[in-house]
Amino acid sequence: MKRLAWLTGIILAVVALLFGINVALQKSAESGLKTGSNKTLTIYNWGDYVDPSLIKKFQKETGYKVDYETFDSNEAMYTKIKQGGTHYDLAVPSDYMIQKMKKAHMLVKLDHGKLTGLNNYDKRFMNQPFDRGNQYSVPYFWGTLGIVYNDKYVKAGDIKTWNDLWNPKYKNSIMLIDSSRDIMGMTLASSGESVNTKSIPELAAAKGKLDTLMPNVKAIVADEIKMYMAQDEAALAVDYSGDAAEMIAENSHLHYVVPSDGGNLWFDNIVMPKTVKNKPAAYAFLNFMSQPENAAKNAEYVGYATPNKAGKALLPKSIRDDKQWYPAEKTLSHLEVYQDLGPYWVGQYNDYFLEFKMTNR
Amino acid sequence: MSNKRTFSYTVPYILWLVLFVVAPVVLLIVQSFGNIYGHFTLDNYATYFSSGTYLRMTFNSVFFAFIVTVITLLISYPMAYIMSRLKNAQFWLLLVILPTWVNLLLKAYAFIGLFSKTGTVNNFLSFIGIGPHQIMFTDTSFMIVAAYIEIPFMIMPIFNSLVELDRSLINAARDLGATPWQTLTKVIIPMSMSGVKAGIQAVFIPTLSLFMITRLIGGNRVITLGTAIEEHFLVTQNWGMGSTIGVILIIAMAATMFFTRDRKKKGGRRRG
Repeated sequence: MKRLAWLTGIILAVVALLFGINVALQKSAESGLKTGSNKTLTIYNWGDYVDPSLIKKFQKETGYKVDYETFDSNEAMYTKIKQGGTHYDLAVPSDYMIQKMKKAHMLVKLDHGKLTGLNNYDKRFMNQPFDRGNQYSVPYFWGTLGIVYNDKYVKAGDIKTWNDLWNPKYKNSIMLIDSSRDIMGMTLASSGESVNTKSIPELAAAKGKLDTLMPNVKAIVADEIKMYMAQDEAALAVDYSGDAAEMIAENSHLHYVVPSDGGNLWFDNIVMPKTVKNKPAAYAFLNFMSQPENAAKNAEYVGYATPNKAGKALLPKSIRDDKQWYPAEKTLSHLEVYQDLGPYWVGQYNDYFLEFKMTNR
Repeated sequence: MSNKRTFSYTVPYILWLVLFVVAPVVLLIVQSFGNIYGHFTLDNYATYFSSGTYLRMTFNSVFFAFIVTVITLLISYPMAYIMSRLKNAQFWLLLVILPTWVNLLLKAYAFIGLFSKTGTVNNFLSFIGIGPHQIMFTDTSFMIVAAYIEIPFMIMPIFNSLVELDRSLINAARDLGATPWQTLTKVIIPMSMSGVKAGIQAVFIPTLSLFMITRLIGGNRVITLGTAIEEHFLVTQNWGMGSTIGVILIIAMAATMFFTRDRKKKGGRRRG
């Protein structure tokens, strides 16, 4: 018993010691901030979403040390920043999440006087409904939701619109991304409705239409969709352009189509969360990333479409003119950006999607 | 003094139980009465019991868990029996336990390699001229993988109960003229029932909420309650509804434990 008591005592002592060290460290870090000796920039971004050589270049040019942390979903990022205890200087949420964070007062307004590269950005990707006037965010990458097809099983040109997916000849050959917003959105777009609808009849009708797609659906999967498509497991997939780029890099039989009848246009923008500790470094990074040559380098590495017009011009012609990643103006004009619908409507979308998943073949 | 001693012995365990068992369950129950705005409500339970979706999902979960348990039991019992009669029983048991050291996700990915369109199984089927078939994303593939993952947890308790079984009882049954079949059904199986029950608990309950496999192998064509919980916590962030399903799962588990409890002990106590 004595030994057990000792052991418990020792463990408690160690825990207390570690806690004390932690508090001391935090204090010294804070005092470091006050005296302006803070040279660290903490970036909270998606995994593998920046060219590492750019981070090195940034550190060399500015003398700041970059601490790069990653998340794998907007919701996870939101929860972590909201719960506090973090000190991210910059984060890269998607469109609807920026709106949600703005509503929750989690963002700091950007001082446009300190931003030098705003003119490099394409006007079409600025001033979006989720952040009018780009008061809180600067575009980082953008993309679309579309259809990936394998030319071994599907003829080029057979897939032009969402409705083509309902063709009975694609029985048991479509993979859907496991995301209520995207799959409900794609169905709404196929019927000419808005992907942001807040109308129960429209959603119910979309769910009914989606049920009729079930015979064609092979599986509803998450990130594994990339692996499956690269392995020829299915002929068609509904997925984001970013995932599609990764699949195509692995399997040259795959192609990506942005349906002409509407759908989702998404953005990942850089924001400054309330947890920002090093504003000068954050502005330095924003300006660094908006330089055309850096934006181009980053786009080439990540494979997504850059909103930086001057940067895009520097990209090789084969990438710049690829309709898969930079769709024609006419297609682009039909696309809609997701809005934050609030918890009630997100729940509705999800419930309908769950019901759809329960549909028997 | 001795009371004090037992008390200080139990303090760490009580602390552990309160922190990691009681507190989470209480939190879960409290959460289950909250809606998306954080207000107290019974709506989650009302939704659960009035929506056909959740009830069907519950039925699916129970159905698949039942089938998987039956499959594992059918494979595990004979295997445990043979193992318990082998010379190096502990070594064979080690081989059975070995796969549990490998992460669940890795095993799932290995099965994708076997079952996919260009996978090993389909290559073999095409080679002998009857393939390729769609194996992934079917109920069958889900049940095979789930059963494979759960088998060690079924074999272990059955094996233990068979090893502890007194050999002289079997000899006595034979001496008294029982056929091998009678010995099996009247002596060995009843005597190892506690192991079977423990095995059923260890397999049925986790299978109820298996969710990674339903997506990776089942391609979300098999929907269990685990899928719904994952979605409510990660996507809709409706923690209340997610917790409600969690509470219902806990109740289902308690019911399983109750129905497979060891009734013999009760009798023993009465006798004692």
